[in-house]
Amino acid sequence: MAEKLDLNLIRKDFPILDQQVNGSPLVYFDNAATTQKPQVVIDALNRYYTQDNANIHRGLHTLAERATTGYELTRTKLKDFLHAPSTDQIIFTSGTTAGINLVAQTYGRANFTAGDVILVSNLEHHSNIVPWQMIAQETGAEVQVIPVDELGVLDMVAYQSLLTDRVKLVAVNHVSNAIGTINPIKQMIDWAHRVGAKVLIDGAQSVAHFDIDVQALDLDFFVFSAHKLFGPTGVGVLFGKRELLETMPPYQGGGEMIKEVSFSGTTYNELPYKFEAGTPNIADVYAFGFALDYLASLPKNAVWEQEKALLDYATEQLSQIDGLRIVGQAPEKIAVVSFVIDGVHPQDIGVLLDKFGVAIRTGHHCAQPLMARYDLVGTCRASFAFYNTKEEIDLFVKALKRCLMMLS
Amino acid sequence: MINQTQDELIEEFGLFDDWADKYEYLIDLGKKLLPMSESFKTEDNVIKGCQSKVWLHAEKQGDLVVFQADSEAIIVKGMISMLIRVLSNHTPEEIIKADLYFIDQIGMSQHLAQTRSNGLVAMVKQMKNYAVAFSAIA
Ligand SMILES: Cc1ncc(COP(=O)(O)O)c(C=O)c1O
Repeated sequence: MAEKLDLNLIRKDFPILDQQVNGSPLVYFDNAATTQKPQVVIDALNRYYTQDNANIHRGLHTLAERATTGYELTRTKLKDFLHAPSTDQIIFTSGTTAGINLVAQTYGRANFTAGDVILVSNLEHHSNIVPWQMIAQETGAEVQVIPVDELGVLDMVAYQSLLTDRVKLVAVNHVSNAIGTINPIKQMIDWAHRVGAKVLIDGAQSVAHFDIDVQALDLDFFVFSAHKLFGPTGVGVLFGKRELLETMPPYQGGGEMIKEVSFSGTTYNELPYKFEAGTPNIADVYAFGFALDYLASLPKNAVWEQEKALLDYATEQLSQIDGLRIVGQAPEKIAVVSFVIDGVHPQDIGVLLDKFGVAIRTGHHCAQPLMARYDLVGTCRASFAFYNTKEEIDLFVKALKRCLMMLS
Repeated sequence: MINQTQDELIEEFGLFDDWADKYEYLIDLGKKLLPMSESFKTEDNVIKGCQSKVWLHAEKQGDLVVFQADSEAIIVKGMISMLIRVLSNHTPEEIIKADLYFIDQIGMSQHLAQTRSNGLVAMVKQMKNYAVAFSAIA
């Protein structure tokens, strides 16, 4: 018998979960939007500002040394987390969106020309569409779209035929935030490399659920946000291959990213600092390291089992509701259930569920092209984390049934 | 007149103690909203900034502004129904000057006033904009 998570203990690590909302116990099923933070992360933030705060890298005094060490320690932890070859290839950004924009504005601007193709998928979050449209417009490149089938699975035959030697970059998410599909990124990367294209994987929704090995995957670029990985908001990570990062021009100019500045010319700092202009988000980066430690302390298989159990149970319970249809039924899914109900607008469900203390997300989930694909105005999305319980799913389903009665 | 209607709404909602009953009443108002002519459901009449689609049409009948509106979401329709009951069939000046205190006083302001995405604020603004436009033409 495999080790199981002790949910009573785990939930105590996340103090926010223990509260009443609108008179009912909070049921937090909006983990795809952002995850909650364990006490160790909250304590680290507090400790940083209470004991260690100073600006990093240039100071010679003790606090500056401590702050620098704390900040850089998270980079080292991320190297292990991603199985990256070196810490130089781990660049701190403010989030997934910032990482994608960085790659578009530096790598894209330097490498795309008229007639080139940037391939995205129909499953993407707006963050992995709009930055490419912007750079495409500037460079004359073209954004093309890998279609998705009825179940929410990318059409790999179409992908293969879209992969011509005009394709310079493939930008896809590892996991769809709107419907939970896990994309076969290993295969997609291999195929893209065969035609000489680089690949950016948006890992915003995958890092909380699987092990990522950037070397085994042969990733060119990988981006994600700390806040979806039980860490603070305002921190993101961009991993890149060394030869790509080294030849990319800097993004923003300023302090930290330079080696020497004079009015006759400026030389840039080395990786990763070349891409970290200005004072970074030191406190949150430091605290993020504790989220990584926390995750590493959990039995990985038990976390997966728990998430799988929640997905299966929620799918089974929701499927029994009349008129409810699950959007996104890919065989490979993370613990996300997106659904619509005949004759009921998702917004009405979201508003009423909140009154029962249940937090889900409704709307287009920043994936309007995907909603358009299924001819939907939006969906209701319940997204789970390992700290959620079956009892919470029962509360959610019961509340949902009450909402439907009120709306009928 | 506008205030009299507001006071009626406050009284009606005052009959319900718990939030579920108030919502059920609001949903009921939504269901009873007079249908909007399909010909007015144009892209131009869509109010931006709402999670569900909301259409609003206004026209001048004599001295009075008459509103028609609809939404895909029933709770939003309930809110529309209240706004129309309060503001429709009044002069542009009355609409421009109206202080919509009922929103805070029907006991649902926690939801209605606070959530930007429900479009209530955008709806009120658009209704007042129409009134301003009509008063400028007159
Ligand atoms: C797949 C995906 N990509 C990108 C983003 C954007 O992340 P952030 O807002 O943290 O930059 C999200 C967040 O919802 C996401 O789910």
